[in-house]
Amino acid sequence: MNIRTRRRTVAVASTLLVSSLTLAACSGGDDSGSGSDGGSDNGSDAGTSIGTDADSFEVLTANENPTLREQLDALAANQCSAENEALPLEHRTIAQGDTVQQITLLASQGALPSHFIAGTDQVRPTGDLGGGDLVLDYEEAFTEAGVWENILPAASSTVESVYGQMVSLPYQYNLEGFWYNKEILAELGLEEPQSYDELVDAADAAAEAGYIPIAQSGADGWPLTRLMGLYIFRNVGPEAMAAVRDGEASLTDPEYVAGAQALQDLALNGALGDGFISRTGDQATAALLSGQALMKYDGTWLLSAVNDAERNEVGEDNIGFMPFPDVSGGQGSADQYPANAGAAMAINPETYGPLTADWFACIAENYGEQALNEAGVLSGFAINGEVGDIPPATADIQERISSIDETVLWFEALLDSESNSLASTNVSLLTNGDMTAEEYMSQLQESIDSNR
Amino acid sequence: MSRVFGDRKTILILLLPTLTIYVMLKVIPVAWSLGLSFFQGNTLRGFEFVGIENFQTFLSDDAALNSVWVSVFFAVVVTAAQVTFGYLLALLYVFVLRKGSAFVRTAVFFPMVLPTVAVSLLFKSLIAVGENQGPVNDAINAFGGESVEFLASTSGTMTIAIVMTLWSSMGFYAVLLYTGLLDIPEEVVESARMDGATGPRLVGYIIIPLSLPILLSSIIFSLNATLKVFDSLLALNNGGPGTTTAPLTLYMYRTAFEYAEYGYGSTIALALTLLCLVFTLVVFRPSSKRVED
Repeated sequence: MNIRTRRRTVAVASTLLVSSLTLAACSGGDDSGSGSDGGSDNGSDAGTSIGTDADSFEVLTANENPTLREQLDALAANQCSAENEALPLEHRTIAQGDTVQQITLLASQGALPSHFIAGTDQVRPTGDLGGGDLVLDYEEAFTEAGVWENILPAASSTVESVYGQMVSLPYQYNLEGFWYNKEILAELGLEEPQSYDELVDAADAAAEAGYIPIAQSGADGWPLTRLMGLYIFRNVGPEAMAAVRDGEASLTDPEYVAGAQALQDLALNGALGDGFISRTGDQATAALLSGQALMKYDGTWLLSAVNDAERNEVGEDNIGFMPFPDVSGGQGSADQYPANAGAAMAINPETYGPLTADWFACIAENYGEQALNEAGVLSGFAINGEVGDIPPATADIQERISSIDETVLWFEALLDSESNSLASTNVSLLTNGDMTAEEYMSQLQESIDSNR
Repeated sequence: MSRVFGDRKTILILLLPTLTIYVMLKVIPVAWSLGLSFFQGNTLRGFEFVGIENFQTFLSDDAALNSVWVSVFFAVVVTAAQVTFGYLLALLYVFVLRKGSAFVRTAVFFPMVLPTVAVSLLFKSLIAVGENQGPVNDAINAFGGESVEFLASTSGTMTIAIVMTLWSSMGFYAVLLYTGLLDIPEEVVESARMDGATGPRLVGYIIIPLSLPILLSSIIFSLNATLKVFDSLLALNNGGPGTTTAPLTLYMYRTAFEYAEYGYGSTIALALTLLCLVFTLVVFRPSSKRVED
């Protein structure tokens, strides 16, 4: 009896142990050799880093971005049909959230596609891909192919400042600012806020009138940190976050803490409406476009929704766009729009052969016009050719883009991936009052320091 | 039949395919992961041997220690609750509803078949506030209370996660324990009744001791399932607010896959494995002694 019980105990315990180890196995990942053996060294000696064409022009994009795939398909069918015949376009997709994991795996196996989405941190000179010559800095190659001038200067400067090198094609060029409902603003008897204080007053007035003042999505985290970040950029100046990255300033400095404090005050005073912490991005957009909210801070990618008569119930003429206003006494200015060029879309140097180079040249020449005409997307590519009627909101943004001479990044842009994630997860604690502005900033600074 | 199993060759042929798959899919990755916990880096950057540095980091990492606490708290509370409720339901089936319990059993078991993410979304909309307020807050308003944003606080999120897990899994434990109760011989119960044991005394002196093995198994099943909780807390509030409800599994996932730190991720996995082992042994030791007595 005794022995049997013990034996059974051991058997059951080992079964349980093994089943609990399954999880451990998950994290082990797949190690197929280490280092950069999957990479390419072609870059250094070949000048324009011409590699060898693959069998097809394989493009790996995020599931969440069907527009890019549709526009590339349209190019393959029309303007780039010759290139497509020589090297057929092939799509592969991944969930955007899995990007870092998947790309790490593919790169370590030497199986990166010709053109692929990558994590922001990965393609920087300090990143796993950017530091290992696994992504092409395409300025030289594009110049040699005579298509470099198709990359708008504003876009190339944004790409350069986000990634530290020209390693991402600007399929989007987005500004960020407040989208607002003109009707509600007029009803409240107010003008477009010109300073942060006026913005807060407008929010108070909207709350009193029963509207959601600023419909932000707390569930995503970043829509909240954007408000804080912009306050800091307006207060400290456009180099605010670069100074933190370079160790010249700390997030615990009072002028940075003031940004976190401003966000907390907004949240606790009800400027973000009820239930904003669990509000999703779609709900926030719906609140603006159904006339329930006065404002929403978001990127110009919102244009597709604003221009969609089915989604935009208040009418495209009633939605306005304004920059994040000045903070009184601050070093920054409202003209410094935050800008980004979408998720990183990198080029694999190993497959950058002559046929692939033709494909990229064709994209550079035609994508701008194609995307604007067909999808109303503003990209960082020059528009070569006729563009039909553009909706007023799009035209307004296009005009702003052409007049910009200085842009800023977003709050987390220069942070490592761990601090980036911490910034957006902890922001709910800041906005519900569980964490003080000092605590939030010092935790974040600690994470930045430990990942340096 | 006995001749077939007496033949070593036959045993080998029968076992080999399963064993090979098992070794390749489980044992090797587990051993690999164990080895990785002494390294830093990822498949792309390469691995660098760092000895026990990852373990030292783990012990001084506030986020990791908080995750251990979240996992243990969740496991203990949910296990206590779901086994208790499951057992009460099982008693209800056997002694009150008797033959007519089939419908209730099915109804209570039903949430078990729903995917956790769907259940999380369901609960999220039940407790929603703001523009699309859910029925829970409507009810609170009806009684004159102010709307509560449960997911804005750690205790709120934890409470919802616990209620949600109970709702979806207590039916399973009820059925598991129900089958255990059915195994208790009718004569034993009858004779106990004749001796005057009814209600709580019958349960305390006869039913619980006789169903102890299955009860302990339920506790171990439950502890191991809840220590590894991942999807429900991720889908409900992404381990938030902040990382205050992020269990060890979620922290491991983020470390290994979002931050591409495979070495440290493996260390966290090892810690989780040890945690499961400790809990299993703690439950098993007294139980095996009792059976031996």
